[in-house]
Amino acid sequence: MDVHALQQIVHRTRDARRKQTIPKLPPAERDQLIHKYHPDYRASAYRPIRFGPNADDKTVVELATLLEGDSPIADGFDLTPDYQTDVLVVGGGGAGCAAALHAHGAGAKVILATKLRLGDSNSVMAQGGMQISVAPEDSPVTHFVDTLKGGHMQNDHQLLKVMVEEGPSIAKWLLSLGVLFDRDGDGNLHVKKGGGSSKPRLLTCSDYTGLEIMRVLKDEVLNQKIQLLEFCSAVELTSDEEGNCTGAIFKDLDNHRHVVVAAKSVILATGGIGRLHIQGFPTSNHYGATGDGLCLAYRMGAKLMHIDTFQYHPSGAVYPEQLIGALVTEGIRSEGGHLVNAKGERFVNELDTRDVVSSSIIRECEEGRGIRTMSGRIGVWLDTPLLDAEQGPGTVEKHFPAMMMQFERFGIDISKDPVLIYPTLHYQNGGVKINTDSETNVKNLFVAGEASGGLHGRNRLMGNSLLDLMVYGKRSGLTAASRAGAMKQGKLTLMHLQRFRTDAKMHGNLSGVTSPMILPAYTRKE
Amino acid sequence: MAQEDKENVIDQPEVIRHKMVTIEIAGKKYEVPEGITIIKALWYSGQEVVRGAGCLGGFCGACAAYYRTKDDPKVRTCLACQMAVQDGMSITMMPPFPARKATYDIQTLDNPKQDLFNLYPEAPLCRNCNACTEACPQQIDVREGVWKAVFGDFKSVSEMFMDCVMCGMCTPVCIADIAPNLVALYVSRAEGAHFTEKPLGLDTRIKEIQDGRFNDEWAKILTMTEKELADHCAKVK
Repeated sequence: MDVHALQQIVHRTRDARRKQTIPKLPPAERDQLIHKYHPDYRASAYRPIRFGPNADDKTVVELATLLEGDSPIADGFDLTPDYQTDVLVVGGGGAGCAAALHAHGAGAKVILATKLRLGDSNSVMAQGGMQISVAPEDSPVTHFVDTLKGGHMQNDHQLLKVMVEEGPSIAKWLLSLGVLFDRDGDGNLHVKKGGGSSKPRLLTCSDYTGLEIMRVLKDEVLNQKIQLLEFCSAVELTSDEEGNCTGAIFKDLDNHRHVVVAAKSVILATGGIGRLHIQGFPTSNHYGATGDGLCLAYRMGAKLMHIDTFQYHPSGAVYPEQLIGALVTEGIRSEGGHLVNAKGERFVNELDTRDVVSSSIIRECEEGRGIRTMSGRIGVWLDTPLLDAEQGPGTVEKHFPAMMMQFERFGIDISKDPVLIYPTLHYQNGGVKINTDSETNVKNLFVAGEASGGLHGRNRLMGNSLLDLMVYGKRSGLTAASRAGAMKQGKLTLMHLQRFRTDAKMHGNLSGVTSPMILPAYTRKE
Repeated sequence: MAQEDKENVIDQPEVIRHKMVTIEIAGKKYEVPEGITIIKALWYSGQEVVRGAGCLGGFCGACAAYYRTKDDPKVRTCLACQMAVQDGMSITMMPPFPARKATYDIQTLDNPKQDLFNLYPEAPLCRNCNACTEACPQQIDVREGVWKAVFGDFKSVSEMFMDCVMCGMCTPVCIADIAPNLVALYVSRAEGAHFTEKPLGLDTRIKEIQDGRFNDEWAKILTMTEKELADHCAKVK
């Protein structure tokens, strides 16, 4: 059948559904649903890591393989530095830019190296907003409680407390740099309610929140003349005799030469792993999201945490083919958009946490109430025209211009027709374990943003990532910079790598791959 | 897995038939499936992509591309991750353009509207040719934006350019050598930093946190047992 014929069920049932309220699931039912349908609970997708700091911990096969992978750097590699700096930031997304700006602002010499261009990251794609408790009826404590609840009570309390308390000052910093957050009539910051939150708390810049923040931060990095190494992908770290981090080795993707940077501190802000396509899921992540930082930190001896849990954003596009995996912002649901199965029924409270909503969509599809495309993809409807019906014509266009344009390119007007969605691999909940200074158990090795773990527990709440980036980007930058003056540059050795290789050999070198992956292998080879 | 339900299947002709089309990438012909994006066509034709791919979602502007459709002399612009290929299409990726970006300290600008003319002295030289607007894959009225910037209507410019992904395709076409996206970025930042009301509620909240208004609540929460905390959280709706 053609797509328009199948969409009729959504139009026909709209008025009846509008009268309906669906309660959020009580804890017991929600756990049951998640255990049965969430991809995190698909045992066959997991295996234990064989050696290293997380030996015997389970993670997805794709990640375990990379973590056990060998470094591309040979033992006798010439470690004569090409550059020397106080603070080396690896990664040019939100956390990397924030870290670089704060370290630079505190007087340190900073080099920012990034695999693709400055700014290419998941941060730039963040549409939904940034959670900060600014509303009078809200508080940092409420933000803390909501996040804890969303994270299945597994969040690191200290990391979380710091994040929610520093949120408002981050908003002030961004405003001072010229970020244009949406405002209320009285000039105050406009707040929207996000999934899993008890209070409206999302600061937004239309549906371009990440783009607007990143445009400004990138511009600021350039204005501050922070030294950049673009198209340089980190492939190994260096350590001194005590195992402290002392720099990094990069592969210049233009000429395939290696570049050695000696640094007093290294901040890994390398983002997540969507492009590993774990369990075969499409992803909303950018091209470079291959989890490089995890591999580097792991070989260095840094402990990872919560790397068995990933976020599947409930609404990734399923149709048309060109948009597979692309995000359909949660904003649509937070403004009241319904999820509708093939029978025209709602089946979940759309504002429940992402894991609950994703699980329930998977349930609908697995139990035969999904809509299938001829390419074998399956999904449920998201009733986008409902927003215009509820709030007046033009609402979708006004509130979600980015999404409108994305679908318009393929002849789909989302203000008139519902879109077909299915969960897409969106976020790595865990990562490298850090303390409230963003430092790992390896001295002078910091991790900020999505590559770090602990803050979000086992499920991240919408809008908390943009804040995480800014808070821990800042803290890593400031801590690294404050140390630089009193510190000597440590020796550059590969002793950690020798240890890692010995360990790997003892376990039979089972992985057989070289890591990090750098870029996904999409090129067709024949 | 999904129970077979023939009633609810979307017919996607391009996928069923997997129709192949001939396109020309930087002057060389390739056969690729119709309907895939330009970036995917690059991969399909066996090319490694390092430059020219970023977010793959239409937000980062890394994949600026020029294309022409069959028998049409008009060269158009697009984001290669967002444009589907069709038969006879001719494509090339746009390399980064060496536009000059002015450097400034946004917070200490003296007179941001006047400073525009020092930072981007070419901005008022717009000759109204509209090529920038035609080049914009985000459908921004770029020419209008440049004029508004010059006339000091910073607020309108910042609203108009919220869609700007900084692909830079407006720049090489400008006969007055203006980089409209960079002008607009400066203007938007100046609007935010200098001409937008300071949200009072935000300062109030920052002060409350500094003054320890939430300390008692924190003390209560952080000393709870796991069970107490879970019960407390369960009560929050």
